[in-house]
Amino acid sequence: MSYIKKPVVRHPSLKLNQLGLTVRDYEGAMSTLCAGCGHDSITAGIVRAFFELDTPPHMVAKLSGIGCSSKTPAYFLSGAHGFNSAHGRMAAIATGAAAANRKLSYIGVSGDGDSLSIGLGHMAHAIRRNVKMLYIIENNGVYGLTKGQFSASADMGSKSKRGEANAQAPIDPVMLALSLGATFVARSFSGDKTQLVPILKAALLHDGFALVDVISPCVTFNDHEGSTKSYMHTRKNQVPIVETDFIPPAAEITADYAEGTVARVRAHDGSVIRLRKVGADYDPSDRTRVVSFLRDSQASGEIVTGLLFIDSGGTEMHRNAKTVTTPLVDLPFEELCPGSAALEKLQTSYR
Amino acid sequence: MQAIFRMGIPVSGKNLFPSNIQGLPTWYEVRVNLRGHTARTSEYDLMVAMNAETYARDVREVRPGGYVLYDSTWPLDPALMRDDVTFLGVPYARLCNESFTEARERTLMKNIAYVGTLAALFDIDMDIVSGMLKEKFARKPALMESNAKAIQLGHRYALEHFECPLPFRLESMDATKDSILIDGNTATALGCVYAGATVAAWYPITPSTSVLDAFKGFCEAYRVDKATGEKRYCILQAEDELGAIGMVIGAAWNGARAFTSTSGPGISLMSELIGLAYYAEVPAVIIDVQRVGPSTGMPTRTQQGDIMMCAYASHGDTKHVVLFPSNPRECFEFAVKAFDLAERLQTPVFLLSDLDIGMNDWVVPRLQWDDGYKPHRGRVLSKEELLALPKFHRYSPEDELGVAARTLPGVHEKGAFFTRGSGHNKLGGYTEIPDEYQEVMDRLLRKHRAARTIVPEAVIERRAGATFGVVTLGGCDPAVREALDVLEERGIRGNFLRVRAFPFGDEVEAFLAEHDTLFVVEQNRDAQLRSLLVMETQVAKEKVRSVLAYGGFPLQANQVIEGIVARLGAGASVNGTAPHTNGHAHAHTHGAHDAHDARQEPHGDEGGMP
Repeated sequence: MSYIKKPVVRHPSLKLNQLGLTVRDYEGAMSTLCAGCGHDSITAGIVRAFFELDTPPHMVAKLSGIGCSSKTPAYFLSGAHGFNSAHGRMAAIATGAAAANRKLSYIGVSGDGDSLSIGLGHMAHAIRRNVKMLYIIENNGVYGLTKGQFSASADMGSKSKRGEANAQAPIDPVMLALSLGATFVARSFSGDKTQLVPILKAALLHDGFALVDVISPCVTFNDHEGSTKSYMHTRKNQVPIVETDFIPPAAEITADYAEGTVARVRAHDGSVIRLRKVGADYDPSDRTRVVSFLRDSQASGEIVTGLLFIDSGGTEMHRNAKTVTTPLVDLPFEELCPGSAALEKLQTSYR
Repeated sequence: MQAIFRMGIPVSGKNLFPSNIQGLPTWYEVRVNLRGHTARTSEYDLMVAMNAETYARDVREVRPGGYVLYDSTWPLDPALMRDDVTFLGVPYARLCNESFTEARERTLMKNIAYVGTLAALFDIDMDIVSGMLKEKFARKPALMESNAKAIQLGHRYALEHFECPLPFRLESMDATKDSILIDGNTATALGCVYAGATVAAWYPITPSTSVLDAFKGFCEAYRVDKATGEKRYCILQAEDELGAIGMVIGAAWNGARAFTSTSGPGISLMSELIGLAYYAEVPAVIIDVQRVGPSTGMPTRTQQGDIMMCAYASHGDTKHVVLFPSNPRECFEFAVKAFDLAERLQTPVFLLSDLDIGMNDWVVPRLQWDDGYKPHRGRVLSKEELLALPKFHRYSPEDELGVAARTLPGVHEKGAFFTRGSGHNKLGGYTEIPDEYQEVMDRLLRKHRAARTIVPEAVIERRAGATFGVVTLGGCDPAVREALDVLEERGIRGNFLRVRAFPFGDEVEAFLAEHDTLFVVEQNRDAQLRSLLVMETQVAKEKVRSVLAYGGFPLQANQVIEGIVARLGAGASVNGTAPHTNGHAHAHTHGAHDAHDARQEPHGDEGGMP
């Protein structure tokens, strides 16, 4: 465990963002996860993403379920409200929160146990509803807090620390999300900050549900030979497909990418996400081809990372429901209560 | 039933239906009497036997001296005949075949013709009946014409062939002019709208589905911007009840008034997150329209079987605030109250209705609304209040109710805290230290106890010379009141208390203390209200006896009377057991009478009269 308390002093040379905040202002409490845990790298990526997006910390709501991953919202954005809820229920709670206040930026941090077993239904339906949120799965194939049982994402044949081989086929959150109609699907690796931070930023600006599956090896229970979610295994089999570069709407959009190698996706807020293709024929907007490509890669043992699919034209939950633009929590009571005259009138129909 | 109501007469209707979409028999019972008792009774004065499949049962159930109205196009099986019952045959099928040409109309209008006959037999005001037809079919004149014709057929035939009206008949009164006819689920939904609820999350389940149907309807009427079509509400049909309560908690955590509506099986599923809301102190309004359990039980039958579950829902030490409305008017009022309590106490609040209250039409005084009402949002810190504080801590300091101030996301980062279902101390920080954990748990207990001072008080009615007390709740109200009236006529007097909330107020404690003999009347097998009283008050267990009815139909006065009389023992002299003996004597003297009918409705609803 990392017990060293970080000092609160800010070095004068620390870079400021447009709000005049430093990256330290986006940090949280000290992590209590195991030293070297991939989740802590993801936390650092989240801190960086919010800092670079100039998001006021209090305009973020961070939610989680139960598990190692679900502890992490305590470790970033101490100026944001957090909700460490119940095992598997984060997506439902985030859905209700988003229904009540559409102005906040929602980030849900979950794990493969939380999302792919007990909470699978809620995650699937949050995807269907297209709730505007960043949903991160910190995926390590193992139940850490209960000491190393296989999770639903553990690969077949993958070995536990005790040497037992997993006999069941895994649930791949990326394939699942694509089949459920997710409008933003990405995968990254906790040890690859260069790729992760732009993906997180793009996901936070996506106008809908953005699933980011991050392979995050468990140093205690799943970083040994035979595990398919170990650092060694992932590094060896990782194939980055699409590099994401994010340009906020205020910045000038540069054009130093040759036609044919850059796919531009305009986000709902007007910002542009540039996708640098590694494979010239990869198109992240064609769901059918993405699925078949991922299937082929999977068969050959590759873990495809990058922004795998995006559909910026999808209808987010509130737009689909035609909810008023003002957050429901900000509506004055007078606009909600029909009053005594309406009640009197209504009751003539109950005579 | 609506026509009787419009004649100014207190009336009740109970729809007894199976858990099925189409094809199984359904009964609809209407009860009317001079004294306004409207609890269910199974003493039928007149049975409308519309379904040949259930003739035998229908005929058997009519009281001696009663009447059976049937379609005499086909002869009744002589084996069904009873000497002590009058059979009134009207050849509906033949009359309709002669008067209507289309096959579908012939079938549908046959059912409508019964209405005309009943109007003749009971002397129902035909102007009211035709007025209702005009309202119902204002936009479908063709349908109105055939309905009116069918009613006339039945009416004329009765006048020509029977002695009309029957010895018991209806006379206009003015007892309902300030009342409305409404079901509890509609009234509950209306309460949620008036309370300013903006987020509703639910999963369909009988018998609570119509709460959300009604909420949606009212929101469409009152909360949609006419110019833009934008909605000032969000209804989430969840993937399951676990999701539904999660959404409510998320929305309420963010500061919205949010609720879910479900039935017992849904509460079972929601229990885990109800514990989270209790411990993390997030408001939530949970409407439970009870049905018969356990398990799937009987989804279209009524019961009060969720009292204990709601009072203590979830693992660990949890105690909740539960409101017990007894009729649609209280559903409306308590729905509003539930939001105020949930936000004031920062805790889940249950509105415990049931199928009988929720799905049947009740005559209740008109709903009232005070335009001066301001929602009680509880202790929520504004940005200015936050800035004035040296430091914000989520769970201290507490007020006189044991409640600490909360903050909402998006207001200011000084108010940010980490909501958690895991062990926490009074500052909101994670803890596994015994004293810190207990300190918070003890405050939660104080808070629950303090709630007794702000929940709806029990209704108490005393009778001079009362020798015992009756405690009841919810939809038992009319049957228990009727039973006490009937018992008083027999010289047996009891005081009445209806609890309207848990935790119990001091007035409940005092009532229990003042009686040596107490009966608790409720609709479940395990005497759940009695158990709750024994556990949560000082009452001596030995002096509290149970009167239970839990077969699934609304409670009847005779069940209460029999239960009380049997337990009072030989000391109580009682003439007869049926409550109607006196009722009928009374009615005969005054000319207006009990008229109960049960009719089967195997027809589709198009063109039908309610």
